[in-house]
Amino acid sequence: MPDPLLTAEPAKVHTPGPGAIDLGRHPRTDGSRRTRRRAAQLGRTAVIGLGALIMLFPFAWMVATSLTSDAQLFATPPRLIPDPVDASSYTRVAQTFPLWRWLANSIGVSVVSTALQVLTSAMAAYVFARFSFRGQRLLFGLYLATLMIPLQVLIVPLFIEVTRMGLRDTYAALLLPIIASPFGVFLLRQFFLALPREIEEAAWIDGAGHWQVFTRIVMPMSKPALATLTVFAFMAAWNSFLWPLVAINSENLMTLPLGLSQLHGRFTTEWNLVMAGSTVSVIPIVALYLAAQKYVIQGVALSGLKG
Amino acid sequence: MIVGDRGSKKALTITAFLLPSLLPLTLFTLGPMMASMGISLLDWNLLTSPEFAGVDNYIRLFGDAEFWAAVGHTFQFLAMYLPLVFVGGLGIALGLNRGVRGVGILRSLYFLPVVTSWVVVALVWKWLLNPGSGIVNTLLGFVGIDGPGWWTDPAWAMASVVLASAWKDLGFVMVIFLAGLQAIPQDYYEAALVDGAGWWARFRHVTLPLLSPASFFVLTISLINGFQVFDQVFVMTGGGPAGATTVIVEQIYATAFRYSEMGYAAAMSWVLFLIVITVTAMQFRYQDRWVHYA
Repeated sequence: MPDPLLTAEPAKVHTPGPGAIDLGRHPRTDGSRRTRRRAAQLGRTAVIGLGALIMLFPFAWMVATSLTSDAQLFATPPRLIPDPVDASSYTRVAQTFPLWRWLANSIGVSVVSTALQVLTSAMAAYVFARFSFRGQRLLFGLYLATLMIPLQVLIVPLFIEVTRMGLRDTYAALLLPIIASPFGVFLLRQFFLALPREIEEAAWIDGAGHWQVFTRIVMPMSKPALATLTVFAFMAAWNSFLWPLVAINSENLMTLPLGLSQLHGRFTTEWNLVMAGSTVSVIPIVALYLAAQKYVIQGVALSGLKG
Repeated sequence: MIVGDRGSKKALTITAFLLPSLLPLTLFTLGPMMASMGISLLDWNLLTSPEFAGVDNYIRLFGDAEFWAAVGHTFQFLAMYLPLVFVGGLGIALGLNRGVRGVGILRSLYFLPVVTSWVVVALVWKWLLNPGSGIVNTLLGFVGIDGPGWWTDPAWAMASVVLASAWKDLGFVMVIFLAGLQAIPQDYYEAALVDGAGWWARFRHVTLPLLSPASFFVLTISLINGFQVFDQVFVMTGGGPAGATTVIVEQIYATAFRYSEMGYAAAMSWVLFLIVITVTAMQFRYQDRWVHYA
């Protein structure tokens, strides 16, 4: 079965410069052909650029609405730049709901679960990449099996289990199901398998133990894969909705997506308030994406290449 | 080090390195999955003690029109969503692949919705597609079109959900296709050109076949995710209006957490799981008919 996961090599997603994949480029003997070519390229850029603007418009409209006063909210014609710019939606949301607490909860849950996932996945991946022992294939198959089980299928038993453990409506309920990541184990195992062994062997000769080899050699050499996993794990935790919806009732324990849905339930027509909350929840994840987009896009692209 | 200790030391290391992931996976994924099979055989509302019901839940499910309506709505979602992201994503990728200026920036912009949470996507689109005063209907009004009621109209509600979903996922599909396109060796195109192949022939006989692994991945992932669609539906329509957008997971959620029928909801979850596994298996089974690995 083809492995739909990321592969080992931190392969570059090659972005061709203009003309790099220009087919059938012939010696520039014909000036008018060159002009035509350039015009076609400009035309394509214009179409794709226009599409990108359309894709961005919902974000722009979200921010614009969040800065619109109640009076202007349903004004015609609608304005992309509100007049006057009114930021009171943000303070009004924060007065009615613990918006900043939600933000802190989201950051806390995402950071802690991501750190745990990266560590636990790397440790397991190290074992599957560097040891051979009886029952290894079976154990690895077990990880594979968990990868195929979607959360949507688990909510009922997980809810009952967490309730029985007395952990419903606690931070622990949010965190426990996302301590480990079978996806992360696969990703990192593939990466570890492709690492050159020479440095590790040198460390073994110097008398290093497994923990030292793991923390001092394997982990530092795997930064690209660890970065990819970090970004994916963080985004998944940050955006998670169904499980918090089921597990959390207290307003103070909610993460942003759950809080936003509550906010929308209260303010059904105050779209400036809803968009203010949405903007607050989008900014951190977009900032993270822009900072780490190399790893995000590489990760997604590689998963597709492997088929 | 005592030589005889090596075996047990190795076992100890393996255990210590595996437990931090194996324990939570067993407790919070594998265990619940197994347990849910047992739960699906119970009549249980969590308030009174559970009663064994055998396969009653499954029999009931078989004749449950509401559940099959939810399955139908899920397919309805897929039927609109799949072509939209597939053709749209491929189109953008083809455009970006052919020497457009600023590819890096454009690719990043198209990808931006992918990192946004479903809840935000749903809220923003609910506002964009607001029937009375939303910007989409306002703009349609400028060109003389009387926009539909979108998520308030049973005939348009699913289309609204699909629009929001496609907007979010287009960038993801595009990145996969773009990577696939860039992995196609240029010699193939040059050979085709020498043979006098035109634009369409090159697309049809070089690009599409060599892109089939990427297409396969997109289809598989989109199908798996599509069957589990929930967040955006829950926030945009709550399954309405008049149940027009109640999808499978929405039905599971309502059964478990509104009607407190845990056993019945667990049975539904298992059917969903079987559908997903079957579709995935079928895709892999028949992939050699159309997927070509270069």
